[in-house]
Amino acid sequence: MEPLITDMIALLGRENVLFEPEHLAVYGFDGTAALSGTTGCVVFPRTTEEVVAIVRYAARHGQPIVTRGSGTGLSGGSIPLSGHLVLCLVKMNRVLELDEKNLTLLVEPGVTTITVSELADKVGLLYPPDPGSMKISTIGGNVAENSGGLRGLKYGITRDYVMGMEVVLPDGECVFLGNKCVKDVAGYSMKDLFIGSEGTLGIITRVLLKLVPRPQSRKTLLASFSRMDAAAETVSAIIAEKIIPCTLEFLDKITIRCVEEFAHIGLPLDAEAILLMETDGHPAVVAEEAARMEEVARKCGAVSVQIAQTAEESVQLATARRAAFSALARVAPTTILEDATVPRSELARMVNFIQGVGERYRLRIGTFGHMGDGNLHPTFLTDERNTEEMERVEKAMHEIFDYAISLGGTITGEHGVGLAKKRFLPAALGEGSLGLMKSLKRALDPQNLLNPGKMFDLDPT
Amino acid sequence: MNRPPLPDSPAPASPQATIRAIGRAAPQGRAGHPLYLKEMDYSIVQQCMHCGLCLPTCPTYDATKLERNSPRGRIALMRRIADGEMEVTEAFAREMYFCLGCLACETACPAGVQYSRLFEYARADIEHSGVLHTPRRDFIRTASLKVLFTNPNLLRGLGRLLWAYQATGMQSLVRRLGLTRLLPRKLREMEPLTPEVKPRFSDSLIAPVETPPAPPRYRVGLLTGCVQDLIYPDVNRDTADVLLANGCEVVTPRAQFCCGSLHAHNGELETAREMARRTLDAFDLDGLDAVITNAAGCGSHLKTYGHLLHDDPQYAERAARWDAKLKDIHEWLAAIGIAPPRPGIAPMRVTYHEACHLCHGQKITRQPREILRAIPGLELVELPESTWCCGSAGVYNITQPEMSQELLRRKLDQVAQTAAPIVATANPGCLVQIVAGLRERGCAVEARHPIALLAQAYREARA
Repeated sequence: MEPLITDMIALLGRENVLFEPEHLAVYGFDGTAALSGTTGCVVFPRTTEEVVAIVRYAARHGQPIVTRGSGTGLSGGSIPLSGHLVLCLVKMNRVLELDEKNLTLLVEPGVTTITVSELADKVGLLYPPDPGSMKISTIGGNVAENSGGLRGLKYGITRDYVMGMEVVLPDGECVFLGNKCVKDVAGYSMKDLFIGSEGTLGIITRVLLKLVPRPQSRKTLLASFSRMDAAAETVSAIIAEKIIPCTLEFLDKITIRCVEEFAHIGLPLDAEAILLMETDGHPAVVAEEAARMEEVARKCGAVSVQIAQTAEESVQLATARRAAFSALARVAPTTILEDATVPRSELARMVNFIQGVGERYRLRIGTFGHMGDGNLHPTFLTDERNTEEMERVEKAMHEIFDYAISLGGTITGEHGVGLAKKRFLPAALGEGSLGLMKSLKRALDPQNLLNPGKMFDLDPT
Repeated sequence: MNRPPLPDSPAPASPQATIRAIGRAAPQGRAGHPLYLKEMDYSIVQQCMHCGLCLPTCPTYDATKLERNSPRGRIALMRRIADGEMEVTEAFAREMYFCLGCLACETACPAGVQYSRLFEYARADIEHSGVLHTPRRDFIRTASLKVLFTNPNLLRGLGRLLWAYQATGMQSLVRRLGLTRLLPRKLREMEPLTPEVKPRFSDSLIAPVETPPAPPRYRVGLLTGCVQDLIYPDVNRDTADVLLANGCEVVTPRAQFCCGSLHAHNGELETAREMARRTLDAFDLDGLDAVITNAAGCGSHLKTYGHLLHDDPQYAERAARWDAKLKDIHEWLAAIGIAPPRPGIAPMRVTYHEACHLCHGQKITRQPREILRAIPGLELVELPESTWCCGSAGVYNITQPEMSQELLRRKLDQVAQTAAPIVATANPGCLVQIVAGLRERGCAVEARHPIALLAQAYREARA
């Protein structure tokens, strides 16, 4: 047996170390299409002390580590590159403290997002970030990737709900960053450095989350359109009307069909696009906003606007929307999901451009996304075994990213860079910004041991 | 107060620790070649885009948190085998027999992966490759799957013996005297699961053709099952009664064969095909509007005859028509609209456990509830986690007792939480499992088939 394996067994016990081929094979991928790697060992620490021990060991032996939660990431961030040790945090899943006086929740990183959401709900509170994979994604992964979700428009993203965290640094030092204070300007806001760091700067072992009061009421509307850009215009018009609903989700025709086939909730199959709109808050405000959104949608050419009659119906619609990405896999063997994001004023142009790219490269693209955030998910419906088509996908992807950047947008709104967007990052950031990131990485992780090869490569020093 | 340290004796492993050890087990050495996974339609495995949305619905992943013990992990291994990157190994085989085949993942999967098909191919490849082969295992499999369950007379003969053993009081005497201790450990642990065999089987309870008093609206065939026929022939009688009460003429072929679900789910696809042919032969499809089953596990398999026999020139066409006519009893009744029973039955509170192969295998969830709610005075209390497997899963409670018992414990805890005195469920396997669990707990809750409750309501209706 390799020394790494025997040493890990000595550290963590036989039960928490996997090395047999049938186990290793299933830790070589995450939720990202057409990307995989190989690992020689998977470990499951149970405590922060064990994480510290593993990291110290890695630092001594120059052993690269890739941290993983439930493996639902969409940029290949948790895929092990050859020989990297997979450190899986799903067994660190204790809920440590619900503080109803300060509206905070302290959890270990392996707690699933849905658990956090349900715990908050039980005491009349809300944890807003709700990524599509929330039923299984871990909070540690959400923080490391700075996940978004359907409610980003009004409530923001994971970053806005992290008040503090415990992090094990690349040298094995363990620090707690942040606290329960609403205001705190004592020094740099270090916790923010680790949010969205994709496991390249430290390993998050505890997270202190902020909760907010649960809105008293909500209303969900479903508007259907016979033209894609009419839906995009509706979104821009709603924002221009100074309404900030909690959700403005967009699905195009292919996506509608796939989702309906899975969820059977009666989505309009003849529509070119639908918008799922939700407003929440005080009942009177909700009623008024819903009425105004309906009016705007109709003005922009909505064919019909339906209002969900029950809370259950609203939940069904949101759940169905969360399944959109996976549901698209019904029509093609490989679904490559992109994450281009533009300022909201540019939505209609971006949507039209994506349509054009699809036609020019003879590709099928299903588009859905958080339109209210300007965050689109054009999804290539392709077959990874068709190399010729994959080349066209690559070219189309480049064009979409270049165009998004030219509109003042970004290559990834919420999925992260990982492996999938690594090659696009220099163009998106520019020299200075990327150089600063590399300097930070070198300062914190001089041996380049935490998730090396993700986000960017470090030039050999 | 400080407690003295515990003595240093080896504590018996907790059931959870045992389950984790089973999920982790990866014996290295034996391997064989695949056949079915290699030849199958590759697009089924490609359909999985490994998003992970199946993970939280998988009972084994829930228990161990190991990726291999999840549908996504299992499919990844199958894909490697299909790609020729991996052999059918013993560890893979153990993994696939750790899987319950509950199909909760199919319900959860937005991409529509047909896990049930992959599961059958994988288990068939395990048997084909012989990686789990031992003389003892081979003997048990041959005796049960290939002899007993292909031969209805033999099965019923064994049923009679078991009935005599139970009816003469021998069983309770043996249990009282503690003679079960003499059995080998495995058998001893299984003994409490032995269901009560009924004195008369379906053929003596149901006439070959029964006609409703009024002119029939439909003419349907009735499947009496194999295990169902021995243990719950009364449910078959009830099913016939309910069909008659709703204007269906009922045709019940004699000495029916096992439908082959047991075989298909346990790696004997060829035998499963043979059983499907025999079942098809027993029914004159053209003269029937529907063929009715009341056993969820059978129904979910019976509806796949078309696929099972798609390359059998003699049977393919008939099997495809069969699929279209095959209806679960709840599905059928909801479709034709039932005559609501008149009041008369004593008020009762009932909770409903969804058999996996009804809710996941056949996506039938609404209809059984509608039927229960149609019974006057019946209050339906929703069971938390109603779609979570009870651990019966075909012969899983025999092959994987630890995981099975853990799921049963969880299910019974949920049933207890509802405080309902009756738990209804529509599958003989679930009924046997839950009845055994309730008996062991000394719990007075009754387990009934929904159709049995409906039949009772018709019987006790005030004239």
